[in-house]
Amino acid sequence: MRRPVENQGPGLERRFFLRVSLVAGGAMLLGGGTSAVAQAPAQAGGRRPQAVPKPSAFVQIDANGTVTLMAKNPEMGQGIKTALPMILAEELDLDWKMVKVVQADLDEAKYGSQSAGGSRSTPNNWDLLRRVGASARWMLVQAAAQSWGVAEGECSTELGRVMHPASGRSFGYGELAAKAAALPVPDGAVAKPKDAKDYKIIGKSMPTVDLPAMVSGKPIYSIDFKLPGMLYAVFEKCPVFGGKAVRANLEEIQAMPGIRHAFLVEGNGDLTSLVSGVAIVATKWWYANQARKSLKVEWEEGPTVAHSSAGYAAKAEELFGQKPAFTIRKDGDVEAALAGAAKTVDAKYTFPFISHAQLEPGNCTAQYQDGKLEIWAPSQTPGRGQQMAAQALGLKNTDVTVHQLRTGGGFGRRLANDYLVEASWIAKQIPGVPVKLLCSREDDMRHDFYRPGGYQHLRGGVDASGRIVGWHDHFVSFGVGEKFVSSSNISPADFPAQFVPNFAVEATLIPTGVPTGPLRAPRSNSLAWVIHSFLDELAYAAGKDPVQFRLDLLGEPRVVGKGMEAYDAGRMRACLELVAEKSGWGKRKLPKGTGLGVGFHYSHSGYFAEVAEVSVDANSRVKVNKVWAVGDVGSHIIHPSSALNQVQGAVIDGLSELMAQEITIEKGRTVQSNYHQHQMVRMKQAPPEIEVHFIRSNHPPTGLGEPPLPPLLPAVANAIFAACGKRVRTLPLAKEGFRWA
Amino acid sequence: MPYKFQLNGKQVTLDVPAEMPLLWALRDELNLCGTKFGCGAGLCGACTVHQDGVPIRACVTPVSMVAGKRVTTIEGLSADGAHALQRAWVEMDVPQCGYCQAGQIMTAAALLAKKPKPTDADIDEAMNGNLCRCATYLRIRKAIHRAAELTK
Repeated sequence: MRRPVENQGPGLERRFFLRVSLVAGGAMLLGGGTSAVAQAPAQAGGRRPQAVPKPSAFVQIDANGTVTLMAKNPEMGQGIKTALPMILAEELDLDWKMVKVVQADLDEAKYGSQSAGGSRSTPNNWDLLRRVGASARWMLVQAAAQSWGVAEGECSTELGRVMHPASGRSFGYGELAAKAAALPVPDGAVAKPKDAKDYKIIGKSMPTVDLPAMVSGKPIYSIDFKLPGMLYAVFEKCPVFGGKAVRANLEEIQAMPGIRHAFLVEGNGDLTSLVSGVAIVATKWWYANQARKSLKVEWEEGPTVAHSSAGYAAKAEELFGQKPAFTIRKDGDVEAALAGAAKTVDAKYTFPFISHAQLEPGNCTAQYQDGKLEIWAPSQTPGRGQQMAAQALGLKNTDVTVHQLRTGGGFGRRLANDYLVEASWIAKQIPGVPVKLLCSREDDMRHDFYRPGGYQHLRGGVDASGRIVGWHDHFVSFGVGEKFVSSSNISPADFPAQFVPNFAVEATLIPTGVPTGPLRAPRSNSLAWVIHSFLDELAYAAGKDPVQFRLDLLGEPRVVGKGMEAYDAGRMRACLELVAEKSGWGKRKLPKGTGLGVGFHYSHSGYFAEVAEVSVDANSRVKVNKVWAVGDVGSHIIHPSSALNQVQGAVIDGLSELMAQEITIEKGRTVQSNYHQHQMVRMKQAPPEIEVHFIRSNHPPTGLGEPPLPPLLPAVANAIFAACGKRVRTLPLAKEGFRWA
Repeated sequence: MPYKFQLNGKQVTLDVPAEMPLLWALRDELNLCGTKFGCGAGLCGACTVHQDGVPIRACVTPVSMVAGKRVTTIEGLSADGAHALQRAWVEMDVPQCGYCQAGQIMTAAALLAKKPKPTDADIDEAMNGNLCRCATYLRIRKAIHRAAELTK
């Protein structure tokens, strides 16, 4: 492989290797070969069987005691490059100071799944990495015990050493690595993961990997990666989604300063892969981007030119007057329940398309030569990126090498691999020359896979005792027939399904040519706002306290539903009760114009309840005074500092979505182009305090990137109602006349 | 024509078009990639550097404008990451993705040089032009206070 100029690898030949990995059934093997991914038995919890790797290298031990741990998943700021190696280090009883973490290249046969999305990195690797680490430790202990001629049970491990307390002897792991590597591999019954009470690393905020490099400007991001002789590319796409480049003034462009190549890209008709456009390749990126100012392209705009946000809204209103196209879920008799209800509420909610707006623009470096492609990518799904590049270029997957690079934020944008395929395609036209494709901010915002907007018409009723007896949702979303576009659906299990006796969700879909995709807490980031705002309306209609109303709805602690629909009412109750207690819900006298609001949501295996205290002045200026967040993501918080950071960040991210963010479509193209039109919260707008509590329940640890975000939106919207009496049914708030104080 | 300026204490000469933004001169001509590209329009602050000690946006500052000036980038803030702000950032574990943090630190460094003991309001005002997509603002504010303590 080619190495980056800045980062020459260490001399591998000087090392002893201890290569450990899992095989199907949980046995451990040593060795350096690779083979196909095997299927392990389904894990407890009923998830689909997890692919586990055959022989691979997670752990390398140098003779001098330095231990290199492979960070297998993409790092985009979620902290997984620190958290996953910590699990290995814990089981290996390592001294974190002696640990070096290296980002693994893509090799899913070796490492198992290497994606980062859906808050799955922690739950997918918790068992796997504990077992890998425990087995490696067991082998080191065996090696020491054999050298001393003592029983392994007489040995212990601590800070990268095997000790024999009876004789006072000890070995550093480096001294044992070669011998350990020659030993047979234990099965899972012998090398058991540690008892959690003995944890020394998990649950401690170990120094974040790459932190010193981040604060001193080291070139560690995908955009910083350079190769000798590298050229830089921009890719001009049709402003109208799905449009095609017919011709362009390529000769004029090619004659401009620094320009080496300019060519049309026909594309393959797949918006997620390779769209049509014009590539400009230059000696430096700025020259390529400058040349675009002179670029004249004749576009064939295609059918999406007829699409607009205003058109979608008008269509939704029309569809609300008609019978829904299809049924997602139907329990009991909703119409009879609503007819017999003591009070009913009827409300329409609207939320917009929004952009990911991750700070590092899309980019990728690629080099093509002799039928082989090498990619340096910031992808959240590098495995899928490899397949897509291979398919687009007519190569085999095995002809495509993917290196993972640290990236400046993902938020779901890099689950798509459009930039990766584009870079690969451009590189193929210039064989032997490495090319870095870099999007401008305008490219990024105008060619995103947006969080889809949506429209909901809700009708609900409560009985004389204040309990919800009926709930009807007509969801107008995007898609064709009954097939939703990406991340625009509602599921039959979405709360409060299974908690309301007469319950129906029906839908009608509007076709769209606008690309959509997952944004941090996909679906949940909009649904939680709709559902908990409407619940609040019902609570007020019933004359109930909003927290008590929700506790009554959740009912007794129990698991409702099975499999993918399982919802643990007890875990959610515990979060809700604690957040009410911590925020002084119902116990504090608040000044006029200040109110508390609550929301909760279960998504991505995590339970979160949040309360916001918000002041609204006479000019609709909003100040979020404080947010309380309580989450249950299982038995362990692996890295508490990172976990707190994730939750506080999700809370503020939610505020950005709530107040200001909207992507508007006109004539099939995106109106907004940069951060002035799609604003995020600034420091002075952020709540001065965000108090976070974790409930350590007896469940395996799950992820934190997503679940803290969804409840924030309804908590703040409901607090605005409590503060000023205005019910927000359209996002963003700025459209309703609100702004930050 | 060649442009001369002082960069991180050393004299540099660049023969590039006058309108080339300092950001791209730094990143691609001088191979200093610590200064980040976020928006290209002076809206996010990821490209913040100092010109004669004052924070500027390198993405909208043509190279010709810094001729004869003193420019400091994140790489020149300290020799080995030992500036009080860098130490405070590590101590407080500020970043998530970290992409904006060089710009945050450069803005904060200019603030501390002017106001060694800033209030929350001073910090909010000075940092208003620096976006953090991961929203690590509470830690940034704390780390600036901590750096002020460290430089006492």
